[in-house]
Amino acid sequence: MSDTILNIENITKSFPRVMANKKVTFDIKKNAVHAILGENGAGKSTLVKILYGLLEPDEGNIKLNNKDFKVNSPAEARKQGIGMVFQHFSLFDSLSVKENLILGIDEKMSYSDLENKLQNISSRYNLPLDLDAPITALSAGEKQRVEIVRILLQDPQILIMDEPTSVLTPQEVESLFVTLNALVKEGRTILYITHKLEEVISICDTVTIMRSGEIIDTSSTSNQTAKTLATKMLGQKLDDLKTNYGHINDEVNFEVKNISCDFNDPFLTDLKNISFQVRVGEIYGIAGVAGNGQSELMDILTGENINIKSGSITFDSKKIEKYGPQKRRDLSISFVPENRLGHSAVPELSLSENILLSQFPENNFIKNGIILKNNVDDFANNVINDFKVITPGNDAKASSLSGGNLQKYVIGREISSKPKILIISHPTWGIDAGAEHSIRESLIELSQNGTSIIVISQDLDELIEITHKISVIYDGNLSKPFKTSEVEIEKLGLLMGGKNE
Amino acid sequence: MNSLFPSIVFRSQSSGLMNFFVPIISIILTLITGSIIFVLLGFDPVYALYTFFISPISSTYGISELFVKATPLALIAIGLSFCFKNNIYNIGAEGQLTMGAIFGGGIGILFHDTNAFWLLPFMIFAGAIGGALWGLIPAILKTKFNTNEILTSLMLVYVALFILDYLVVGPWKDPFGYSFPKSRPFSESGRMPLLFDGLRVHFGLIITLFLIFVSWFIFSKTIFGFQLKVSGYSPKAARYAGFNQTTLVLFAFAICGAFAGIAGLAEVSGPIGLLYRDISPNYGFTAIIVAFLGRLHPIGIIFASLVIALTYLGAEDAQLFLQIPSAVGFIFQGLVLFYLLGAELLINYKLTYKKLL
Repeated sequence: MSDTILNIENITKSFPRVMANKKVTFDIKKNAVHAILGENGAGKSTLVKILYGLLEPDEGNIKLNNKDFKVNSPAEARKQGIGMVFQHFSLFDSLSVKENLILGIDEKMSYSDLENKLQNISSRYNLPLDLDAPITALSAGEKQRVEIVRILLQDPQILIMDEPTSVLTPQEVESLFVTLNALVKEGRTILYITHKLEEVISICDTVTIMRSGEIIDTSSTSNQTAKTLATKMLGQKLDDLKTNYGHINDEVNFEVKNISCDFNDPFLTDLKNISFQVRVGEIYGIAGVAGNGQSELMDILTGENINIKSGSITFDSKKIEKYGPQKRRDLSISFVPENRLGHSAVPELSLSENILLSQFPENNFIKNGIILKNNVDDFANNVINDFKVITPGNDAKASSLSGGNLQKYVIGREISSKPKILIISHPTWGIDAGAEHSIRESLIELSQNGTSIIVISQDLDELIEITHKISVIYDGNLSKPFKTSEVEIEKLGLLMGGKNE
Repeated sequence: MNSLFPSIVFRSQSSGLMNFFVPIISIILTLITGSIIFVLLGFDPVYALYTFFISPISSTYGISELFVKATPLALIAIGLSFCFKNNIYNIGAEGQLTMGAIFGGGIGILFHDTNAFWLLPFMIFAGAIGGALWGLIPAILKTKFNTNEILTSLMLVYVALFILDYLVVGPWKDPFGYSFPKSRPFSESGRMPLLFDGLRVHFGLIITLFLIFVSWFIFSKTIFGFQLKVSGYSPKAARYAGFNQTTLVLFAFAICGAFAGIAGLAEVSGPIGLLYRDISPNYGFTAIIVAFLGRLHPIGIIFASLVIALTYLGAEDAQLFLQIPSAVGFIFQGLVLFYLLGAELLINYKLTYKKLL
């Protein structure tokens, strides 16, 4: 037991409708880089938030150096020797590096003390910093360095890194790995949260794999390959196809060609030369771990972002890449973005009013600028009945519906007008199993009636269940399409982890 | 043990009933605080509050004056609600009012010896155009250059006031005015008709009620009103729906400016009858309070404009009978806004005492 620094025993944490951690148990060895690997929603973040005092577990114990460890705030966690570098930086952009460091540490420190300590840290761990530079002038990698230094100033035993490479360039990643190795050599322990298989193999000593809130395995990385990790991370996915795609003919009616888009923003993923074709009645799936360009691609497909660098979108032999959302709807293209509240629906408005967010040419909702309330109400009632939305009525606010019900309503609104194309992002994200099933069913039914559907989803099970073709997006690149019925799950897992063999 | 200082936590469910009561609670708290201030100043609070809030409207003339003051407040506030519903913070209504008065008043001065039925409608139209143009400046700056409309619209208030200043001491000065900084009086047909003999309440009130009705219709029945509402609640949903945000910003500012401009013209062609320096006791700023006190709702704004108009009258009476500065009126307006914002916060957030170890 002497080489174990942290024992996690039976940690359970549930949120309304989800159990984020189920009896999570594993040990973390001192003086090592320990990875927690899992898909989004596997429960990684919940676990580290518990360790860092941001969440309280429902059950279970944590022992740090064989002593009970219980903290109620990040400040306490830091005092006990646990520091964390978040995926999104919490720095004041307008202040200098020095000012941010002084503000960020819990104890009082003079500038000269700080500078002495910093020199020491900078040279020891390969973390050069310009103390007087304003944060705005720094690259993502440099900002991360400031965050790491801020934590190191407090001399933690355990450093938690949450998806640290997600915003870094390959060169910055390399330099980060040098730093991490130096830290481990000093006797510190690093808890490394990631979904990237390569990183686990190259810098971590031990890996704990999580899936749906449970620990699948904890083992040394030395006898693992990306393939074995991918299988464990994704689980045995069932090839349970209930779909029949005999109705698909060879006619392509939606084509994306060489779309590239630069954002110049560390929190957005640039899209690189994305191309794919969808045939009439086909369900085309785009898999991938969150943050690899899905929402950026979605905005371009819906027309919410028409500032692309190059490329084209063709529908029914019309170039539509410069069309806004309404013009695309006029061509019978329909969209359901990922977020219901505040994007595909306005929570403060009634269900009836929410119908008006998405109007198709055949809807008779407006005459001379005046809303024909009866028509809108009728349409809303039909959606509520046809899609079995549970609600007191069409005048209920959208915010009063459960996630699943609102999603059924939004999808119902979009497919009641029988669109030629439906573009849908994360159709069953965050909703209960019943609603999930009925949504997937209606998508399959819709495609059998000749609608082409593009589904962007992190849920590989879902894509395998309903799609005809599937491709993977990773760091803004889209893989070639695979026939869903023939593709190996490991292959997809590798692509999702950025490994292209 | 609980922490000594509360922290502010988001409420998952806000109460609809409390939402309705917020303005009323704010007014009651204002009255309580007001009486404390009166006591500290050495007055009997009952007498002081009576002088402030009851005696000004205890005569027909007083009630007429209440409507005279409420007219511009309500008209500007309903205009502002076009912007505020869209989450655009136009606080330059005072400047748009001034520009409306200059444009409309300019027509009045140009035709100072004309008596014709078309003169007043022409002046009203010019006033609306002047206010709308002035409102479009921050709108265009915002949509083209992404400037902050709070700053630009506010700064343009002072530009408008200086233009008015320049005009009434310079080119538009009344040649028979003994060098006083004022313009010629408008002709009789360039004045707002009075609604009752001997009272100052004028036709501007009818225009205001009409425009409030039109605004209510736009907000609740038209797709334009719906688009304003959606982009105020959630710009992302508005983008998803494909609403043109630039157009919405321009229209909201233009409508607000036009309403403020008409209010300005109604002041100079109503009770005043000419252009001079101080045409408005900050109606354009006070209307912001009216708009929020009325919760951006047409009916609410009518009531709120009467309440705030009363603080103007009360301040005059307090100066007269209690010998306290009329600025007390502004204190009351400030208090109402303060409590309103405070209550608003507590509708959506609650205070909790965090557990300490």
